[in-house]
Amino acid sequence: MTLAEARDAIRAKKISSKELTGAFVKAIEGARPLNAFLTEAGEQAMLAADAADRRIAEGKMGALEGLPLAIKDLFCTKGTRTTAASKILGNFVPPYESTVTQNLWDAGAVMLGKTNLDEFAMGSSNETSAFGPVFNPWRAAGSNVNLVPGGSSGGSATAVAADLCLAATGTDTGGSIRQPAAVSGHVGLKPTYGRCSRFGIVAFASSLDQAGPMTKTVRDAAIMLKTMASVDPKDSTSVDVAVPDYEKLLEGGIKGLRVGIPKEYRIDGAPAEIDALWTKGADWLKAQGAEIVEVSLPHTKYALPTYYIVAPAEASSNLARYDGVKFGYRAPGVHDITELYERSRGEGFGAEVQRRILIGTYVLSAGYYDAYYSRAQKLRTLIKRDFEQAFEKCDVLLTPTTPGPAFGVGAKTADPVEMYLQDVFTVTVNLAGLPGISVPAGLTPTGLPLGLQLIGKAFDEATLLRAAQAVETAADFKAKPANWWSV
Amino acid sequence: MSAAATKNKLIQGETGDWEVVIGMEVHAQVLSQSKLFSGASTQFGAEPNSQVSFIDAGFPGMLPVINEKCVEQAVRTGLGLKAQINLRSIFDRKNYFYPDLPQGYQISQYKDPIVGEGEVTIDLKDGESIRVGIERLHLEQDAGKSLHDQHPDSSFVDLNRSGIALMEIVTKPHMRTSEEAAAFLKKLRAIVRYLGTCDGNMDEGSMRADVNVSVCRPGGYEEFRKTGSFKTLGTRCEIKNVNSMRFIAQAVEYEARRQIEILEGGGKISQETRLFDSRQGETRSMRSKEEAHDYRYFPDPDLLPLELEQAWVDAIKKTLPELPDEKKARFMSQGLSAYDASVLVAERELADFYEELAKGVDAKAAANWLNNEVLGRLNRDGLSITEVPVSAAANNAIIQMVADKTISGKIAKDLLDIVWKEGGDPRQVVESRGLKQVTDTGAIDAAIEAVIAANPDKVEEVKAKPKLAAWFVGQVMKQTGGKANPAAVNAALKTRLNLPEEG
Repeated sequence: MTLAEARDAIRAKKISSKELTGAFVKAIEGARPLNAFLTEAGEQAMLAADAADRRIAEGKMGALEGLPLAIKDLFCTKGTRTTAASKILGNFVPPYESTVTQNLWDAGAVMLGKTNLDEFAMGSSNETSAFGPVFNPWRAAGSNVNLVPGGSSGGSATAVAADLCLAATGTDTGGSIRQPAAVSGHVGLKPTYGRCSRFGIVAFASSLDQAGPMTKTVRDAAIMLKTMASVDPKDSTSVDVAVPDYEKLLEGGIKGLRVGIPKEYRIDGAPAEIDALWTKGADWLKAQGAEIVEVSLPHTKYALPTYYIVAPAEASSNLARYDGVKFGYRAPGVHDITELYERSRGEGFGAEVQRRILIGTYVLSAGYYDAYYSRAQKLRTLIKRDFEQAFEKCDVLLTPTTPGPAFGVGAKTADPVEMYLQDVFTVTVNLAGLPGISVPAGLTPTGLPLGLQLIGKAFDEATLLRAAQAVETAADFKAKPANWWSV
Repeated sequence: MSAAATKNKLIQGETGDWEVVIGMEVHAQVLSQSKLFSGASTQFGAEPNSQVSFIDAGFPGMLPVINEKCVEQAVRTGLGLKAQINLRSIFDRKNYFYPDLPQGYQISQYKDPIVGEGEVTIDLKDGESIRVGIERLHLEQDAGKSLHDQHPDSSFVDLNRSGIALMEIVTKPHMRTSEEAAAFLKKLRAIVRYLGTCDGNMDEGSMRADVNVSVCRPGGYEEFRKTGSFKTLGTRCEIKNVNSMRFIAQAVEYEARRQIEILEGGGKISQETRLFDSRQGETRSMRSKEEAHDYRYFPDPDLLPLELEQAWVDAIKKTLPELPDEKKARFMSQGLSAYDASVLVAERELADFYEELAKGVDAKAAANWLNNEVLGRLNRDGLSITEVPVSAAANNAIIQMVADKTISGKIAKDLLDIVWKEGGDPRQVVESRGLKQVTDTGAIDAAIEAVIAANPDKVEEVKAKPKLAAWFVGQVMKQTGGKANPAAVNAALKTRLNLPEEG
């Protein structure tokens, strides 16, 4: 059932929020082997559903009234443990609510629980979580090998793919919504930087982080975004641009839409099926009246190195507050402040987080700042300009979302650079602050989902969603993973 | 600067003369209701950790939001320092670990401060005025406070200060003596207090100074001023957190002597940060340049560049009060000496008191009255001008009564003593106690007759020695209990005793 279908059923009083929520609570309990949730909030969800049903009975309906959602455990939720999948936050229970989730609850939505993720959202496979990996519901045909759901929003991706919720929230710093959505066979939207407030979201890289929906359909993404987005006086980087009714704006088709194909995204060594799917996507759009234009984003090859300077630099500073002094994990039996820092952070952070803190500290250090951080900022400007120039010739860009399908758990953990390459098509969008969406578009020969990415102009999510819906319609992606996990 | 003026700024060493060069970094706490990036209160003296928002405590997901009032205060201060206001400035993160720094970084301004170059004029005791260049002013957050004396083996942290807005005001190395350094801080304090941008309360830590001291051979400083090159100056040491005018003077004196001794002994000064120990009156090494933190400054991605509109700055400019220098010039144009004027403008409250006290009376007389009578009594009683028991208006009434001869100067002082102790309206006190000066010629004549009758011998004497008239004046004044108008007594005596006109 999609979010839109559930909403319509509730409005038509064909189903109650309690019935709906109860079914998901049960499904979540039955899907524990997937490890998608770090905190199940079944009881709380049933109470919220009950309250929603009362409001529905009184005719006071919010946009998402009674609809159960899964929340990435990077959003602070008042009174509910928030971990960022890190040991260092320990049993931190925020006394405040993130703006994005508050917007959802204000619209009547119900929280089912908090989903697993890569520690502090640093990873592309959900394997850096301090609470163990999440498994992708999808498996290759005839294989019993557990696959990763992508990352960092791996728990949310699996929750959507395995029907453990109607929709989920994610955050995307370098591809953390779009990549897991692509390899888990559903829709993931990263809005324009500043579209959703970052207040109350545990920060990874402040200039790149952006919250967005992970949904079963493009329409559902449009519905979710409408509620999640807002200008927020508590976030100076949120932008005061009117939030339109994205769902309504899905209508009208794509006749005359100019779709850019960036030639630099054709990379050596990418599987042939990726290229083939990309060409197919262009054909689908053309068939619906779009005009296909080739464009150039010449600085694309610098995007990944730029990202792996900017993001760790900001992270090294953002994560300095986890020091064992005020909240979260503190190493036992320490004797002085240096030991308190070293051991609390050494024991509290996982290897990947420590790696990025080290990289970030290094690139900001005296003597290295100009060579790394400063140059990365210049490259970021050039990458942004690439997009501005490309958008003079087109309205949206079409690219693959990932260089390949979901891979096996443990397959890429030995070489961090190979893992970083997962984001080669997605990081550019974060660096430029643009909206991007991944739409499920096909299956590999072994039956694993692949996505296509569309990139839009800043704050033009409406056009982006319309184009995404055109891909969705043409792809007619109906495949579902076989349920192997139910206990 | 004249050669003579330079000469008296030298310090004599064993091997010859030395020059001292001083620069300062002053941290001034912005007067505002709430903190730089949060809504928490800035009230001094509250219970530990009672004025801390989740932002100040560095909780996950918290974001800073700039407080417009603090920006306005920084701009206002910049204008008061005759400085350039930068319409675009950037907040950076200064990264370091300390338990009282909850985010693990301090939000500050590094490469692009909100205020650029300006200047402060200071007046020295010998009448010389010098201009101290201001390098920059930037906004930054204060840290919390570590408490190490509350528990045998734990330290506590109070975050009430965490996030409070500070202005860091950096001077150029334009001061040459401990007197100049102290005078600068005093003047800066007066300016921010006039502006209402900092309460200047050094006891509560609202104003703290880091003092940079170096020494060089004579001529080195002048060369530096000419070329702008630091090569002709010595290696500097920074003395941290000196929190009174007196300590600044002491710290500079001690540090200059220390450096001279090292250099004369053939040693070298190593650039370092030092602490001033006010009990021992000496500076001590805190950390060397090698041990200096690498703060890894970078622009804070949570905050947009701070962009100001010229019209907004202009509007603030229009609301600036008259500042000490302008006030001093105005007072001097009203007839006060440079010295009197500079004493009066040093504190805004004093200047305001003076202005009210001087309304409609002679400026010089008012200044003398304030300096000699009011300040003398305040000093005696250990009170500040804000605690003065007799209002400016009441003092003004006393001065007016002297001017229009209602009372004599002598009675005026007695009157001030009465209202100082007992309160009351001076005019009513004059009425009720009969302190009014007697100009009634009948009463004066009667007193004269009484004095003449009692001293026939003196009447003869005065005819030969007219200077003896003063003795008669004194006697008549005594007779009238000091209330007689001395001029009227003089005139009446001259007529009665047939004395010649002056000459």
